[in-house]
Amino acid sequence: MRTNRRSWLAIAALLALSGVSSCKKGKSDEIVIGHYASMSGNTAHYGQDTDKAIRMAVDEVNAGGGVLGKQVKVVTLDTRGDSAEAANAVTRLIDVEKSVALLGEVASSLSLSGGRVAQRRKVPMVTPSSTNPKVTEVGDHIFRVCFLDPFQGKVMAKFARENLKLERVAILKDVKNDYSIGLAEAFKGSFSALGGKIVMEQSYGQGDTDFSAQVTAIKNSDAQAIFVPGYYAEVGAIARTAQRLDVKLPLLGGDGWDAPDLFKIGGDALNGSYYSNHFAPDAATPKAKKFVADFKAKHGAEPTGLGALGYDAAAVLLDAIKRAGKTDGDALRDALAATKDFEGVTGSITIDSARNPEKSAVVLEIKDGRAKYAATVNP
Amino acid sequence: MSQFIQQVINGLSLGSIYALIALGYTMVYGVLKLINFAHSEVFMVGAYSGFYAATFLGIDALDQSGQSFPLYLALVVLIVAMLVSATLGMTIERLAYRPLRNAPRLTPLITAIGMSLLLQNLGMLIFTPNPRRYPPILREVRFDFGGVIVTNIKLTIFAVAMALMVGLWFLVNRTWTGRAMRAVSMNLDAARLMGIDPDRTIGKTFAIGSALAAAGGILFGLDQITINPTMGTLTGLKAFVAAVLGGIGNIPGAALGGLLIGLSEQLVAGYISPDYRDAITFLILIVILILRPEGILGVVRQEKV
Repeated sequence: MRTNRRSWLAIAALLALSGVSSCKKGKSDEIVIGHYASMSGNTAHYGQDTDKAIRMAVDEVNAGGGVLGKQVKVVTLDTRGDSAEAANAVTRLIDVEKSVALLGEVASSLSLSGGRVAQRRKVPMVTPSSTNPKVTEVGDHIFRVCFLDPFQGKVMAKFARENLKLERVAILKDVKNDYSIGLAEAFKGSFSALGGKIVMEQSYGQGDTDFSAQVTAIKNSDAQAIFVPGYYAEVGAIARTAQRLDVKLPLLGGDGWDAPDLFKIGGDALNGSYYSNHFAPDAATPKAKKFVADFKAKHGAEPTGLGALGYDAAAVLLDAIKRAGKTDGDALRDALAATKDFEGVTGSITIDSARNPEKSAVVLEIKDGRAKYAATVNP
Repeated sequence: MSQFIQQVINGLSLGSIYALIALGYTMVYGVLKLINFAHSEVFMVGAYSGFYAATFLGIDALDQSGQSFPLYLALVVLIVAMLVSATLGMTIERLAYRPLRNAPRLTPLITAIGMSLLLQNLGMLIFTPNPRRYPPILREVRFDFGGVIVTNIKLTIFAVAMALMVGLWFLVNRTWTGRAMRAVSMNLDAARLMGIDPDRTIGKTFAIGSALAAAGGILFGLDQITINPTMGTLTGLKAFVAAVLGGIGNIPGAALGGLLIGLSEQLVAGYISPDYRDAITFLILIVILILRPEGILGVVRQEKV
């Protein structure tokens, strides 16, 4: 009975709201897209970079006449890196700002929190860069344009086996970090399936500073490379330790390496190492080149991988609105689910049945203290 | 075999850092019967003082232009850090422990834990929690002995630690200050009757122990590449285990305990699993407390009634 009454109330409220919205914006010539992001707080630069890129994608479409004959407006609300705040922001974006679709967040925990609200209200959401597998499992209205954590492990295994022609690799994983464990497992499975051999598995814990025992043990194995799927601070120190012990093996890693501090800590010890990422600023596709040049011209700095994903999330959403021909939630959802071979700046995007993209990853090589594009690896 | 020798060399250099920190625990315990938990933060502040001193002296510019940092500047960095930590150690003693000199023994111990947490959190506010790369105040030179790599950094760590420990031995056994410290550690009231100012002597003990911790901090940064404000917690605890292992209150014991803990860590990590490294270190603490609570070099003092 109680649920019944509640659902009636909800329906009544929705009816009232749709009435309000038709009064307020019924004849409006705008389509509103809501973006919730950490614009302040510890992870502020994630949200700010993503927001800049989303606005670039929308401005380009508006300059070309908008979609469905209307201009697109982006409304950004700050989550301050807090998951309760993310749920509030999504509610406001839907109820007050009348967003037809949502973009956000970077952090998986915030996307989970905002995504639950979006799913309940049946408003499609595209997260640019939340890589935790659980995010799109929230429901059929939640999509993403970045690859998932386990995928990166497969990418590096394929790259190590096929591009670098390696046969024996040692793994040095962070056992206090789910991300690192997931990548290590995926790498191990794929590398073995491709005929390679994991000759040694060593571990450390996040916050450790001494890696000499592990590196010495690896040195005395016959490994040709070390897979280190950790975060930049430890990876930088591991690279230095290896250099000090005269270990000349290349290190391999994932997007946890992607931070300027990696080079501050690791310096020239990282030269010759490789890591997988969503995007390479110096990648060769014309679309990516144009995006990087435009971003630099507008904001005076190179975009990060997160910015590139923000641009793609907005572009995929705008493309879906165009194909749907209307902004109704379910029609938009179906159009997003049908995204196929969309040419984005981070590669070609096809949405699969689990609402995740089948897309390629790039591998970057570190040369002279800078990451440079090395290869594109397809799933 | 070369792997074993390599692990032993790495263990000795890590162990000599533990030994330097352990000396501070043991000296303070000797005079006050207090385990100074804030000592691990004095070690951290020492490392950061060295970091800022080296940055102030322009090490980045020298490093980028490929020049090495002149040796006398490295010494300046060491001395600045030792002075900062000595001052901090004395200040902690003056503000937090001296007012509690006649309180029950548990009170200053709780205060020490509080002081440690306070300093660590201040460190996070002032230095930011981000790990920093330690400035290369020594340009690295590698020597290869048939697959065993020894760097000048490892040699320096070992040499500096040994030199400071020998210096400390002379100070404690061959000077009036040392004699006063030993007197205070034996019996504070009797020392006072002999004309020794216990407060000054205790202050000096804190200053010397803290300066050694600062040297340990700089060597730690050189050895481990990165530093962060929580670096003192685990390192400090392990140095404390080293002090207990060697016999708390016993100076050569702390040096021996430090080297043994460093060796055991590297060998456990290299031959058993890095996951058990910390666990086995603390297992040693439990075993030593059960089997020989006075430590390896400690002597059981007869309590006279």
